[in-house]
Amino acid sequence: MDVAIVGLGMHPFGRTPTMSGLEQGAAAARAALADAGTDFKRMEFAFGGSQDSGNADSLVNLLGLTGLQFTNVANGCATGGSSLNAAYSAIKSGQYDVGLVVGFDKHDRGAFNPQPADWGLDDWYGETGLMLTTQYFGMKIQRYMHDHGISRETLLRVAEKAFRNGSLTPTAWRQTALSWEEIDNAPMVSEPLNKYMFCSPAEGGCALIVCRADIAHEFHPRPVYLKTAVVRSRNYGSFEVFSPAQPPEVADSPTVTASQAAFELAGVGPEDIDVAQLQDTEVGAEIMHMAENGFCDHGDQEQWLADGMTEIGGRLPVNTDGGCLANGEPVGASGLRQVQEICVQLRGDGGARQVPNEPKVGYTHVYGAPGISGVNILAR
Amino acid sequence: MSNAKPLHEGLFSWPADTPSLIGTRCLDCGEHAFPSQSACRACSGQNMAPADLGSEGTLWTWTIQSFMPKTPYRTDETPETFTPYGVGYIELACGLKVESRLRENTPEQLTIGMPMKMEMITVRKDEEGTDLLTFQFCAAEEQH
Ligand SMILES: [Zn+2]
Repeated sequence: MDVAIVGLGMHPFGRTPTMSGLEQGAAAARAALADAGTDFKRMEFAFGGSQDSGNADSLVNLLGLTGLQFTNVANGCATGGSSLNAAYSAIKSGQYDVGLVVGFDKHDRGAFNPQPADWGLDDWYGETGLMLTTQYFGMKIQRYMHDHGISRETLLRVAEKAFRNGSLTPTAWRQTALSWEEIDNAPMVSEPLNKYMFCSPAEGGCALIVCRADIAHEFHPRPVYLKTAVVRSRNYGSFEVFSPAQPPEVADSPTVTASQAAFELAGVGPEDIDVAQLQDTEVGAEIMHMAENGFCDHGDQEQWLADGMTEIGGRLPVNTDGGCLANGEPVGASGLRQVQEICVQLRGDGGARQVPNEPKVGYTHVYGAPGISGVNILAR
Repeated sequence: MSNAKPLHEGLFSWPADTPSLIGTRCLDCGEHAFPSQSACRACSGQNMAPADLGSEGTLWTWTIQSFMPKTPYRTDETPETFTPYGVGYIELACGLKVESRLRENTPEQLTIGMPMKMEMITVRKDEEGTDLLTFQFCAAEEQH
């Protein structure tokens, strides 16, 4: 049985001081139910997650105690991808007909504050100043630029595109385009990445209604079909965050393995994708993920960005809503925002940021610590 | 350095004239690990032996920590006295790349591939006033 997405709901990302993370999740769920023309009583199951805002299954206190199966998912930045993956399996297997996928979060300002023990590390690692995700991102793109001839201008181009696309997206957190000079002169965070090259923790909620493809039109006239949902973790040798040492041979990242599996299962190739969401925790991630997901060869990003090929009107529009850079990253909701944006584009509802020529096939990629990637391929 | 001890035991040989990083080597597949591991991440085997990883290597990648980190960072510094530090991976003779603080803290001082050597630094003093030590790497040749 094929799987369809028939309801999209979002509580805008950014800051909502008057609402808890859970309330933002409930708002997103209600919006998705309304979009699908249905109600919570009809939901047979739910998968949901939040990193810092409590158990997702507490949502029933706000949405109604209907007795449905509600499973909490906790997979770091890949929580949304893992939730959708679980829902996909639940419908694909024939177990259920229709259900809810929801993610939400409300993080403190500033960078995340990880503790060594939670990551299987001893205290010295954090106490001596090595436990910062920003350092890892800086070091990974530093080596990548060295190996593949990527220039600092290409980093700037990715940031410029993100904020420009954010300015076209009513639900984005950062809705002001930034000039080349503003980005170029921003304070350095972790060489070679400066302030405007990183996304920030944020708040927000996102929800999807998924169902059997053969009943999709009961809910929405323009369903989007989830061709495949794949999640993979790291192999030995993959260069990941919070690693006191790295093996001699650098192995393919989980993004490569998830992407290859997704293309194979969906029976399409990178050349068939009309619009993509690629995890852009920082600008280097988007650049590396273009190649790791198979859209170009390592090093080709330099030319791709210079030629505008990932712009909304380009050959492969990437992060049309501004991605994590313009939307911030409420961890539990972020991966679902990516899927939602692709659904908006495939429905043709993108407004000022709509990809031209009626895109038919879309792609989402989420990546999270300590080395998890989720890939979805969607089509109308 | 008589009134000094490692912040964490087992990361490097101490006391020693030239301290060396201490890790493990898998007796089944030969892969090295740092810090020491009781099981091998490459082959899942459990036959691990201690290994001297040396104190020299080359710079594989780097960045600079330009602001004072929040907890779990724990030194005697204040935001006013904080000095930016480099962070990098040092490729050792066995091929393993070890993450380390770097003495160098400006882009001009750091180049991928440059030779590096290990030195001891004080992270902070404990309640008795003893220096708590960890390792860092610095350029193996004097820079001009
Ligand atoms: Zn082994």
